[in-house]
Amino acid sequence: MAGVAVEDRKTALRVALTGNDAAAEAFRQVNPDIAAVFPITPQTELMHKFAEFVANGKVGTDLVNVESEHSALSAVVGASAAGARAITATSAAGFALMWEVVYIAAGLRLPIVMVVVNRAINAPLNIHCDHTDTMGARDSGWIQLFSENAQEAYDNTIQAFRIAEHSDVLLPVMVTFDGFIISHTQETLDLIEDEPVRRFVGEYRPEHYLLNAKEPIMVGPIDLPDWLFEHKRQNVEAGARSSGVILDVAKEFEKISGRSYGHIEAYRTEDAEIVAVALGSTAGTVKEAVDVAREAGRKVGAIKIRTYRPFPGNEIIDAMPKAKAVAVMDRSIAYGLGGGPVFHEVRSYAYERGMKVPMVSYVYGIGGRDISTDHVAAMFDEMAKVASTGEVGVRDRYINLRD
Amino acid sequence: MAVSIKEMKNRPERLAPGHRACAGCTAPIVLKTAMKMTDKRLVGAIATGCMEVSTTIYPFNAWNISMIHSAFENAAATISGVEAAYRKLHADGRVPEENKFIAFAGDGGTYDIGLQSLSGAMERGHDMLFICYDNQAYMNTGIQRSSATPFGAHTNTAQAGSVKQGKEQHRKDLTAIMADHNVPYVAQASIHDINDFRRKVEKALEIKGAAFINILAPCHRGWRIPVEDGLESARLAVETCFWPLYEVTDGEYKVNYKPKEKLPVTEWIFPQGRFKHMKKPENAPLVEELQRHTDKKWQELLAKAGEK
Repeated sequence: MAGVAVEDRKTALRVALTGNDAAAEAFRQVNPDIAAVFPITPQTELMHKFAEFVANGKVGTDLVNVESEHSALSAVVGASAAGARAITATSAAGFALMWEVVYIAAGLRLPIVMVVVNRAINAPLNIHCDHTDTMGARDSGWIQLFSENAQEAYDNTIQAFRIAEHSDVLLPVMVTFDGFIISHTQETLDLIEDEPVRRFVGEYRPEHYLLNAKEPIMVGPIDLPDWLFEHKRQNVEAGARSSGVILDVAKEFEKISGRSYGHIEAYRTEDAEIVAVALGSTAGTVKEAVDVAREAGRKVGAIKIRTYRPFPGNEIIDAMPKAKAVAVMDRSIAYGLGGGPVFHEVRSYAYERGMKVPMVSYVYGIGGRDISTDHVAAMFDEMAKVASTGEVGVRDRYINLRD
Repeated sequence: MAVSIKEMKNRPERLAPGHRACAGCTAPIVLKTAMKMTDKRLVGAIATGCMEVSTTIYPFNAWNISMIHSAFENAAATISGVEAAYRKLHADGRVPEENKFIAFAGDGGTYDIGLQSLSGAMERGHDMLFICYDNQAYMNTGIQRSSATPFGAHTNTAQAGSVKQGKEQHRKDLTAIMADHNVPYVAQASIHDINDFRRKVEKALEIKGAAFINILAPCHRGWRIPVEDGLESARLAVETCFWPLYEVTDGEYKVNYKPKEKLPVTEWIFPQGRFKHMKKPENAPLVEELQRHTDKKWQELLAKAGEK
């Protein structure tokens, strides 16, 4: 992929968009061949916007209006295997219905890009944000990029294609952002003009595909004990290689956007004694709370996880060299294990790196429960006690939850 | 019929020999025959099932066309995505060759778990042919009841025992359900009448839009019949009018075969081990019920075809 001129960043356009509209705008600029469409709150408006682009000739994509999310991802698997650039978007229960095909997309090494607007999973029914839906797919083989705001939803969506389609990777990429909090909130963001985006993403040229007249292929054979294990190992290796590709793509993206991305964002952590780890929109709330606490002279910092899969465990540990206590914030629950999944993963890397500081799990925001800077400030107060005593105390804690 | 048997012989095999379907299995005949009915490039999808697991055992592959297998219930959605991709890439000049699209699934992957995906693809009108090789039960997993299983048949999940006498419901009339999707072509065929099937596939592949063919393809393991009796058993299903041969073109029904002398259903079911309990005198009412239902459905079909 040829580099893109730095001057392109001057063409940035500042607009106010919801996260859904920002992702739809990214999809329009990328101009995929096929989009499978099925409604579910809070994703629905993303594909409304995209269908509006289609109806008005603003994008060349053909829509496949399927009858379920299972068929949405199935059709996208078919389209991608056929040699097309294919997308879809979903949330929560729709994502759960796709489950079988989520694994198939990764197992077939198809560079599909899917937006998942995070929402709680039934039951009881709740349409608001938490991360239960995508956290469940953390072992599915997909690359998962979390977004803090509409800007990141837009930027991650564009970058996702380059990551997925890279010949060292060839894995599906899931771009997530928080339901309603990001999907339905108007924010100011900088768009990039169409041409630099199209040049950045480039033409999709698959190597092996069903519609290649020169090479009949079988996609998805039965793979028995003599071979499946090796093929799954290849998925592991591709995932590991994606780590470097994600950073390379981010560097190139910076040239057309002026915005830099890594696997994580470490915010005022160099000397931080208390570090909070978070992902999604809450990372913004935590950074705000860090600023307030810093003004009061407290050594606190935040780590935002952008690349959740592959998990940047070493980067996270490296980013908190002075930590005396770590709070890991999860918007989902690891039932039967205690706390949330991100907590266990961070703590696992800490163990491997010989980092012996108390770590506490904070589960928050389930089903769209609010989290404010005041809640984070209170969490920092609790963590100050943990740091001073060196004792974890109650390991699994909850924020803004009635007793 | 445009393509003669002789011409078919000269066309390359699209399903290579050496696959691992059981001896006497009728389903590979469905695949082989269907794929020879066009000389255009063909891309296919197959549902999880006997034909998938016996033809694609990695690193071997019996298919000489590009095929995709994704899961049990989504062959129709998958091929619809392939077809949509083709339309787009063909229009853009990225795939210049003309392609046809075909999907295969058993009755489980069509009548039951695959019905929603199939219904969606048919309603959207993709240019594709979906062929159900109907052997009247989940045979790949070891003979379990499906909604295609006939009334009274013994399967491992609806058994004939001391208090139960096999399946308690009549089969779902899937061909009629597909015809009600208002697609340009729907047909019912039987593996014993290969010329009828050939003509139907050829027509289905020539028609622009979604087409569906339901072909009876007996499984001797599940039906408990001698290995060599698959075609004969299919013939008896047609001669008894349990499985009429017909087609629906643009909503117009046509019955393709009317037996000179309609045989009683017992001629079809009694040679089959899965119906052996039906021979017991106390089960005579069950046989009568199967006969009654068969007659009713046959009369309904004749009425739809304007033959009554």
